[in-house]
Amino acid sequence: MGSNGNQHTITALVQDKPGVLARVASLFRRRGFNIVSLAVGNSERAGLSRMTFVVNGDQGTVDQVTSQMGKLIDVVGISDLSDQETVARELALIKVESSASNRNEIVQLVHLFRASIVDVGSQSLVIEVTGEEDKINALANLLKPFGIKEMMRTGRVAMVRGQAEGRVSDGVGAGRRPEASIQGRVDYEGV
Amino acid sequence: MKLTGAEIVCESLLKEGVEVVFGLPGGAVLPLYGALSRYPQLRHILVRHEQAAAMAADGYARSTGKVGVCVATSGPGATNLVTGIATAQMDSIPIVAITGQVPRPAIGRDAFQECDVTGITLPITKHNYLVMDVADLAATIKEAFHIARTGRPGPVLVDIPKDVLQGERAEFVWPEAVNLPWYNPPTDAAPDQVAKAAKLINQAERPVVLAGHGVLISHAYEELRQLAEKAQIPVITTLLGISSFPTDHYLNVGMPGMHGMAYASLAIDRADVVIALGMRFDDRVTGRLRDFAPNAKVVHVDIDPSELGKNVKPHAPVLGDVKCVLRQLLPLVHRKVRVEWLRSVDTLRSEHPSLNIRETEALLPQFVLRQLSQITEGKAIIVTGVGQHQMWAAQHYGFKDPNTLITSGGLGAMGFEVPAALGAQVGCPDRTVWSIAGDGGFQMTMCDLATAVENNIPVKFAIINNGTLGMVRQWQDIFYNKDYCATVYSANPDFVKLADAFGIPGIRVTDKSQVASAIQQAMATPGPVVVDFVVKQDENVYPMIPAGESVREMMEEPSPAELRHER
Ligand SMILES: Cc1ncc(C[n+]2csc(CCOP(=O)(O)OP(=O)(O)O)c2C)c(N)n1
Repeated sequence: MGSNGNQHTITALVQDKPGVLARVASLFRRRGFNIVSLAVGNSERAGLSRMTFVVNGDQGTVDQVTSQMGKLIDVVGISDLSDQETVARELALIKVESSASNRNEIVQLVHLFRASIVDVGSQSLVIEVTGEEDKINALANLLKPFGIKEMMRTGRVAMVRGQAEGRVSDGVGAGRRPEASIQGRVDYEGV
Repeated sequence: MKLTGAEIVCESLLKEGVEVVFGLPGGAVLPLYGALSRYPQLRHILVRHEQAAAMAADGYARSTGKVGVCVATSGPGATNLVTGIATAQMDSIPIVAITGQVPRPAIGRDAFQECDVTGITLPITKHNYLVMDVADLAATIKEAFHIARTGRPGPVLVDIPKDVLQGERAEFVWPEAVNLPWYNPPTDAAPDQVAKAAKLINQAERPVVLAGHGVLISHAYEELRQLAEKAQIPVITTLLGISSFPTDHYLNVGMPGMHGMAYASLAIDRADVVIALGMRFDDRVTGRLRDFAPNAKVVHVDIDPSELGKNVKPHAPVLGDVKCVLRQLLPLVHRKVRVEWLRSVDTLRSEHPSLNIRETEALLPQFVLRQLSQITEGKAIIVTGVGQHQMWAAQHYGFKDPNTLITSGGLGAMGFEVPAALGAQVGCPDRTVWSIAGDGGFQMTMCDLATAVENNIPVKFAIINNGTLGMVRQWQDIFYNKDYCATVYSANPDFVKLADAFGIPGIRVTDKSQVASAIQQAMATPGPVVVDFVVKQDENVYPMIPAGESVREMMEEPSPAELRHER
């Protein structure tokens, strides 16, 4: 679920300190990693935040992302969720042009997608939709003919299903490698 | 009793066992200097340029294994440290840089000499801090030293606003331990990883060890020697791994790569197992990755997880400290006699001698290095700049003792040779330290000869003076149609007179016959000495594997065209 082609979902537990985001961003820029989305927010533990980011790249690149990020002193733990059963969601706010004449049509779409209308103006509606990217893309596509004036998406947040903690645990940071990633693929193909 | 921030910094440095700091004051860091003068146990060495402070701290750290400390003021003082910090980052050197910052209320307002130093050094430090509360200072400094020296070492910068250094006071509380619960650098490796590595090594018929800086950092020379001797494995050392294995040991096969010995690169090419210890498959070692060690399975031992698979994907990755891992590995590795493989390596050695020095009238730079090696019996600490002289030093100096080559390998920063030698000598006052300088690199940092004089730091400076930016000239010679644009100096200073101006004895050598006596004279003279070796201008370094190519494209020796004019 976590991976889509060569897209990987990675989550990290980081210390809630000034500059953490800059450190992560600087690392991605410097190593040339391609971020598709990044979401940050408080975690269940005081003083720690969780980041979810989606990166593009082959397994080698993603291993580099996780092991380089794991070295950042403020990163407590990091895990590639790609091989795991995850719940992944994104939230989007979409402001779409609407007049009295087409409002009903839009409302029907919104219901179909279990989205909701959070603001009604004389010439526009603001729609809130949550789900996986595909669902949001589909709704956005259907709304396009009405005229999307503004769209804002949070980027993916993801969590491993069931008991597992996504291998994000203490002691993973700064030196401890998520073991599995390198061991399974030892065949040497050059680089 | 409550102390000022500046006093807390000094107390913390003492707690960390710091004996010497290299620095240069300025407005924002002045409160720290105000306290330093009351801490005579902390020797402050005033440099002439902050780059020298960072590089001296680096040389000190490399020669002693302790954390080197440098201090600079905000803005330009801090930016002048940058090249030195980047050097330390690339070569995994533990230094702590302390910089003054403008007072807290002025931060973000483009105040005089304000500069976002933590921002600038983000990608070139292992970690950095901006300390906004005097109460955090002691713990931060403890953390900085801990991070700098543990795991894969590296530079840590602590930026301290002026009003945190002075004004407010706090109780000096030295924490018993650092509070970094999730920072756990590896030590022993997972047993299954070690077992897998041992299996590959035991199955190997043509193994080589590629020993890198990690062997020296983890003090694993004894373990490396045991491994090599027990399983009869030839040892090849990277530039920064030089002196991790005795040069004259029968299993030492030299340095590989761009300017390595041909036989070393060829041995890797033939090997069926490469055991990489604390090294990172730098492009100067591997050349074109696709063609590197094409017949080999790779065992890669490193303390940094991101190195495993970064450039070369190992068959047996082993995450751990080299010394710990070798200790785990040794009992699992079988004793072996490898007559055939060692014989074929010896054949490579005799068929591709690589280090022969031509008989010429002219004074060849290689000859100078060879003489220096003989006269010092391979026991000096050699600190180089970057370029041809660096490669000749790596090739021709017979390093006897562990950890005696100090060179900017990863960043390749010219100008390293003067200040790093000062730092190394301060760290090892009883050893002979030779700075092997290019005339180009020397001119980047020679202002710090004054520091040598002022502090009586008896470094011997050998300028390998070819009147050019030699290594770049060599590339122009080979790859750019001999278009020597901007590489030949038409007005170098007279280095002997220059030395004199600094109050340093200077010796000029222009002929082969003068080399030995000049070296002896320099060593017999107390204090710093400059020896200006005026060498053949157009000598190139061989062998050479052009960047991005492989051992098959290696140029082993000068072309006949190159030698024609000598006849
Ligand atoms: C600070 C810096 N600038 C530029 C270079 C590029 N560079 C590499 S070697 C070299 C020439 C060095 O000349 P010199 O110090 O005289 O040594 P030589 O190669 O002649 O022995 C240059 C310019 C560098 N390595 N470092």
